[in-house]
Amino acid sequence: MTPALEVEGVAFAYPDGHQALFGVSFRIQRGERVALLGPNGAGKTTLVLQCNGVLLPGAGRVAVTGLPVATEHLKEIRRRVGIVFQDPDDQLFMPTVAEDVAFGPANLGLRGAELETRVKAALAAVGMEEHAARPPHHLSFGQRRRVAVATVLAMEPDILILDEPSSNLDPASRRELAEIVTGLDVTILMVTHDLPYALQLCPRALVMNGGTITADGPTAELLADAELLAANRLELPFGFDPAVLRAR
Amino acid sequence: MGAGHAHPLYLPGTSPLHRARPQCKIAASLLFVLAVVATPRESFWAFGLYALALGAVAAVGRIPLAFLVRRLVIELPFLLFAVFLPFVGQGERVEVLGVPLAVGGLWGAWNIVAKGTLGVAASAIVAATTPVAELLRGLERLRLPTLLVTIAGFMVRYADVIADEVRRMRIARISRGHDPRWIWQARAVAASAGTLFIRSYERGERVYLAMVSRGYAGSMPVLEDQGATRAQWLAALCLPAVAALVAVTAWGVRP
Repeated sequence: MTPALEVEGVAFAYPDGHQALFGVSFRIQRGERVALLGPNGAGKTTLVLQCNGVLLPGAGRVAVTGLPVATEHLKEIRRRVGIVFQDPDDQLFMPTVAEDVAFGPANLGLRGAELETRVKAALAAVGMEEHAARPPHHLSFGQRRRVAVATVLAMEPDILILDEPSSNLDPASRRELAEIVTGLDVTILMVTHDLPYALQLCPRALVMNGGTITADGPTAELLADAELLAANRLELPFGFDPAVLRAR
Repeated sequence: MGAGHAHPLYLPGTSPLHRARPQCKIAASLLFVLAVVATPRESFWAFGLYALALGAVAAVGRIPLAFLVRRLVIELPFLLFAVFLPFVGQGERVEVLGVPLAVGGLWGAWNIVAKGTLGVAASAIVAATTPVAELLRGLERLRLPTLLVTIAGFMVRYADVIADEVRRMRIARISRGHDPRWIWQARAVAASAGTLFIRSYERGERVYLAMVSRGYAGSMPVLEDQGATRAQWLAALCLPAVAALVAVTAWGVRP
């Protein structure tokens, strides 16, 4: 079966010479929910931007459901890969929520009733239908994050990439978002250093540090490995018992 | 940022004026202002009629007079300038309560006050009955270049975000004992302004990145176009038509 996302030996250096990725390889199958864990500066965001061709690898290759990420099919790649960025204020820029959700599919050429159906379905998926006509800056932070997810869902991506989805959310919004994410029928790569959230949502995790993948396995096993976590500057929150993980 | 608050210029409602297409309202108010400006300043009665006509429109939009008057406050700096004219004007003078005032200056001041107030009132009515997003769409319908409308849209969208950032930076500054009272203490404020510029610039880059990731390729998609029917245009153009008639008559009967 063609993997939803295939990353093979990807290396990348920024124009200023800073090398961020040193040969990263992994595969994500259709329908998987995978967490990408790693400390700040591990190269997680750089890797994410490789997946939709905003950055192109210096070496190696990235393919999304079989289609290689390359300049000639960027449009299709960006339809297949939906990225929800960390700050919803960066993502939501149109005057109303509905227009913002329509922005992506409209760029894909959808118009009229078809576009409207997409927008409604995406807003319904995150429980924000009744806010369609409101300006994004009148929403709470949690609501804005949900709308940001909807803007990407409206493009019906093959793989959804969430960059630090739980950051700045209060516990209730965090739980609501988790419920939405688990209810989605889409392949998900979730970038985070919120380890309990990764455990809750993603059966599998990749650990990244210093521009390489240092571990790949079931999330519960990786989080129970104190040495592995310490070696990668990852820490469970105070009072979080790894024994709970083994019991799962 | 709390939920539910609207733009301070907007007065939510469902009046016929609220339901009118934005492009009609913008065009009508612009034409109205042109008619007002073209009216000879000696025709006091004409300005009275304009004010009455605007009052009628405001009534249709169910805008309370007090709300409209408060919106007119923005005009004050210009009026202040007008007040000086009779004192500094040259030429023929009249005595008012013992103060010699220039006749030309008085006419000039009246001209600014009357026409300015009517113009501001007209735009305040449009703003009170049209949400900002609609205004932008109206401008687009009126064939204002899409790039300008897009920039205006970004400005509206991010004004609050940046104002919020300014507020947070200010609170962080005064929380560390900064209490600027004198001009030589402005350094920290200036540094904040610089930081704000860099942050906004970086945000611009991130916004662009997020747009590109959703398939943006240099031009905004044109979404469904809500055109106005002929009847809507006719209704909207009533006001400027009346105003044009008044202006033409004023020139005709001018002494």
